[in-house]
Order: sequence, then structure tokens, then C-alpha cells
Amino acid sequence: MTLHSLACRLAGASIAALTAFGLAGQASAADLNALVWCDHADPNLLKPFEDANGIKVNVKEFEGTGAGLAIIEQSQPGDWDVMVIDSIDVPRGVERGLFEPLPEDQLPMADLFPEVKMDASTVVDGKRYGITEKFGYNTIGFNKSKADPQDMQSLAVLTGDKYKGRIAIYDYYLPVIGMAAMAIGKKTTELTEADLPAIKEVLTKMKANAKAVTDVVASQTALATGEVDVLVGGGEWVTAGIAKENPDLDFSIPKEGAVLWSQSLAMFKDSKNKDMALKFIQYIMSPEGQARLATSSCYWGMPASSKAALNDEQKAILRFAEQPEFLKRAQPYPAPSEDLDKKMQDLWTEMIQAQ
Amino acid sequence: MTPGTASRIGWASVTPALLWTLAFFALPFLAMAIVSVYPKGGAGFSLANYGQFFTNPSYWRAMTNSIEVTAIVTVISVLLAYPFAWILAFVVPRRWQRLALMLAVLPFWTSYVVRSYAWLLVLAEKGVINTSLLELGAITEPLQLANTRTATVIGFVHFFVMLLTLTIYANLKQLSPNYRKAAADLGATPLQSFAHVILPLTLPGIMVGAFLTFVLAIGDYITPQILGGNNELLMPQLIMMQIGRRGDFSSASALSIILMVVVTLAYFACARWLRIERA
Repeated sequence: MTLHSLACRLAGASIAALTAFGLAGQASAADLNALVWCDHADPNLLKPFEDANGIKVNVKEFEGTGAGLAIIEQSQPGDWDVMVIDSIDVPRGVERGLFEPLPEDQLPMADLFPEVKMDASTVVDGKRYGITEKFGYNTIGFNKSKADPQDMQSLAVLTGDKYKGRIAIYDYYLPVIGMAAMAIGKKTTELTEADLPAIKEVLTKMKANAKAVTDVVASQTALATGEVDVLVGGGEWVTAGIAKENPDLDFSIPKEGAVLWSQSLAMFKDSKNKDMALKFIQYIMSPEGQARLATSSCYWGMPASSKAALNDEQKAILRFAEQPEFLKRAQPYPAPSEDLDKKMQDLWTEMIQAQ
Repeated sequence: MTPGTASRIGWASVTPALLWTLAFFALPFLAMAIVSVYPKGGAGFSLANYGQFFTNPSYWRAMTNSIEVTAIVTVISVLLAYPFAWILAFVVPRRWQRLALMLAVLPFWTSYVVRSYAWLLVLAEKGVINTSLLELGAITEPLQLANTRTATVIGFVHFFVMLLTLTIYANLKQLSPNYRKAAADLGATPLQSFAHVILPLTLPGIMVGAFLTFVLAIGDYITPQILGGNNELLMPQLIMMQIGRRGDFSSASALSIILMVVVTLAYFACARWLRIERA
């Protein structure tokens, strides 16, 4: 055993003991344990499934694939049944031997918008390990009573002077770097280290215009309270959920395009409750489950299924009818190599520290 | 009691504390130290994670930002807490002191996160301060208060003034009133009495509070994240950034150890006042 693996085991053992201690009071063999993003913690989403199956769904929320994978490393095999993960990161889970292939014939694959199936990530060696459940755009969110919607049709507005001091930047380096790349005509899937200096220039200009670099909650707060009028990286996930209270909040898909985010569901290979895990995935992918997930109290987003049982008002808020046109202009998240990922994160650090 | 029995009782008494420290400090620290020298995606042992701290200016900047903010918070908190503690100890009538102390610690009853978001709303462009100043005609444009270093400092100071007040108050209450009387008898003015007698005697209380403030503030993630608007990174934010998406625990561990070194240096700087007196 190397020193490094010993250290990992030491840390893992300590945290696993604490995790087990924490879960002991709430989990039982019949429960479904789900490692999820906050949208899955909405009782309106979970309760119908729990009632129909006489089961309790224990959810643990996390943000960021790294944090999710860390929780798994610190858990015992079989602790978790299903996981929500960035679609582009499904291969990271497969590489670690975490996920079980999903039976495509038991899932409504034909109902999914073709552009968001993300087979390049969700299918590994011919087997499907993830199914896209929800998607949206990292693009420009704005308050149309304060910012001219016409201005929001180009990413150039983010580096110009017109909205200086009225902009916030969503604090996640991959999508915003993707937007910066699109602003200079690069494709998000073809980024290399050589592109970073030009991207840095765009990011630095954006930062000079920005009042703050905000996380999910702060992004919503900043737009909702009028602290800023434009959110770089924002989209329906920020504006839709509060559209009723703030009908002026909207998002655009600029002519250069937007970054497509998508989240997938995966089943754990070591799940002790695979039948129920599959039932859960089938429920989430059902028209009713998709509608409830799309309008979750934590954040709204487009359902991956075109058959989602959304009402007309919800469809209007999510701009359901415009999706084919939006999807044509959307580009996927950058999916950098380990080395390039580190360099992109360092670039992001430099941007934040720039005065 | 034989020396052997006393020794066994002594060991039995300290064993729980030793085991606690071993399980929740020594072993995790050892694990962190080892993880820090095996960079993510690297082939083996390397000090690259420590090297990047000294070679990447934005990493180094996070440390200088942290030290600057923490120093400002500590100094302002001491300057505000001392007179507050003085008033509580010597001006407020004894029967009201308990209530006054309770009011002093009232902010501790609120969730730290909620309190930070509350400050964000107070300091926002349309918050209480800007609205009041605009209505009074004191300003014509809203001040940029939220999402700044100033906001971070305000959030910290609000919390730590209370902590320091308690430590300094406890110190002041232990002082015999005879010290002030003796100084006055010897011809000292109230100011001289304070500067040459009271202040030196309360310095240990100040230093304990200041050290606690420094340690808690320099390791805090919530306040700068919520109130600072991420317009600059402090060390805890930089550490969290390593973990968020990439799960780079190796880099995060190295940065955490560097932060611990700074805290250790701060301890040595204050050690003269922090030592536990033995009877």
C-alpha cells in the first residue's frame, strides 16, 4: 500500500464513519438513497414516487462533480442507488467503475430531444450509463426593463462599456469560458491550451464590467433585487423560477450561441436496490416526473423529454416552443482533459483576482 | 494515593482528549499532508502543489488578501469591542449587566449564513443603507457596498466584536477595582491609569480574543463568499475552488497546510499572551 493510498484510506475511514453515523438514523434497506442536485430535493417531485412505491427517498445534495465523487469515495459500496451528474462527467463515474449500464429498452429514449441525448458522454463502450433528464443554457440572463433585449443578442455586449457595473458573472469556469470562446468564434468542443490567452482577454474585459462573480443563489438574488441587470452565464435556470414575481427577467440566446448544460441520472453498480433505482429513473423520465423536475422549487430547467406534462404557462416561461431554434445555436460544455481543466480553472482564478 | 495510582488516574483523565485529538486532528492532518504531495493526475510524490502557490501570482494573492482582510477585521473588532466591554463592565449597573451581555451575544443566535445574507440585503444597492442615504439627500447615486471587501469586513466585524467583547469583558471583570484606586492615589489621571495599569493588565484578554478572531476569520469561507461578491479570492475560497468540480483534494490539502502554517505563525506571535498559566 502506498503512502498516498494509506492517506486516502485514513481520511476515507474517518469521514465514512461520520457519514455512516449521520445516515444511520434515517436510512433503511428499503429506502432509496439518491445523491442529487438541489432540484431533486423538492417534495413535489419526490412525494408522488414515494407514495406510489411505499418507499422513502433519502437525498443528499451536492454541487460540483468533484464534490459528488468525493462523497462517493468516502461512502461504502451500496450506500447510494442513483446519482445526478453533469452529462459531460458521466465518463468520470464510469472510469471509476461506479455506474451500472442502463437498459435503454426500459427507458423513454425516443421522447428525448435528440440534441440533448449527449451520447458522446452518456454512452461509453456502447453501453448507456447516463440518461439526460434536464437541460438549459448558460447564456445571458437579464432584466428586460433595465437592459435592451436587442443588446442581449450578441456576446459582444458583455465586453463593451454599455452595461459596465451592471453585470454579474456566474461563478463556474467551464460554461463562462465556453461563452468567452464563442465570443471569439471558437467551438467549445475544440478548445486547446493555445486558445487560453485570447479567452483570458475576453474574461478580463467581462470582469472589468462586472459588479460580482456570483454562485447560484447570489446570481438569482442579484438579478431579482436589481443589484445587477445582466448575468453572464445565466439562463432559464435563474429567471424561470422567479418569472411570476419578476416577469421582466428573461434570457437570450445570442447570435454566437449559448452553452448547453445538461444533467443526467445514473444508477450505481453497487446499488442494493437496483429495481427501485430503475423505477426512480423511469419516474423522473415520465411526462409527470419531467414536468415536476423542470419546475422544481430550487431551479427550473428544460425537461429532456419532449413529452413532459407541462402546462401552457410553464411552457411559455421555459420558452418550450423556441427550443429547436435555441438548440441549433447551442454548443456543449467544454470537456477539457485533466491538464487543460486545471489550466482553465487557474485562468478563472486569475480573472477573479484581476483588479 | 501512590504515585502509580495518581499516574494512572492522570492518564485515564487525559486519554479521551488524546484519542479525540488523534482521531480528529492528528490522523486527518497526516492524511492531508500525505495527499498534498501526490498531485492529482501526477505520477507520484511531488511538491508541485506547494510550488504552484509560490509561482502562481493569483494563488499568492489569495493569501495576501486573506491576511489583509483578517488584520483589518481584527484591529477594527478590538477597537470597537474594548470600549463596549468597558462600558458593560464598569458603566452598566450590575443588575443590567446580565441583560446587556445577553443582548451582546444575540447575533450568535442567528444562523451564520442567514446573517451574511441579511447583511447583503442591508448593503445592497436598494438596501437599507443606500435607500436611507438617498432619501436623506446625502448621496445622489447608490454606493457600491455589497459585493466588496468592505462588505466582507462589516460581516466579520459584526460577528467578532461580540466574541472579543466577551473575552475582554471577562478580563476586565477579573481586575480588582483597587488597581484604579491605587493608581489614582498615586496621582495618575484616569487616562494614565488606563494606559499604564488597566490596558497592560487586560492585554492577555485582548490577545486571546484577537488570536481567536484571526484564526476564525482567516479560515472562514461563508462571509467572503456571500458578502465579497467573489471580486477577490481569499484562501478558503481558493481551497474550495480546488474541490468543487475537479475534486482536486491534493491541491486543496497543500493550500490548507499553507494556511495552517500562517495560523501557526500567528500563534507564535501571540504565544507570549496565550500561554496557560500553571499554578
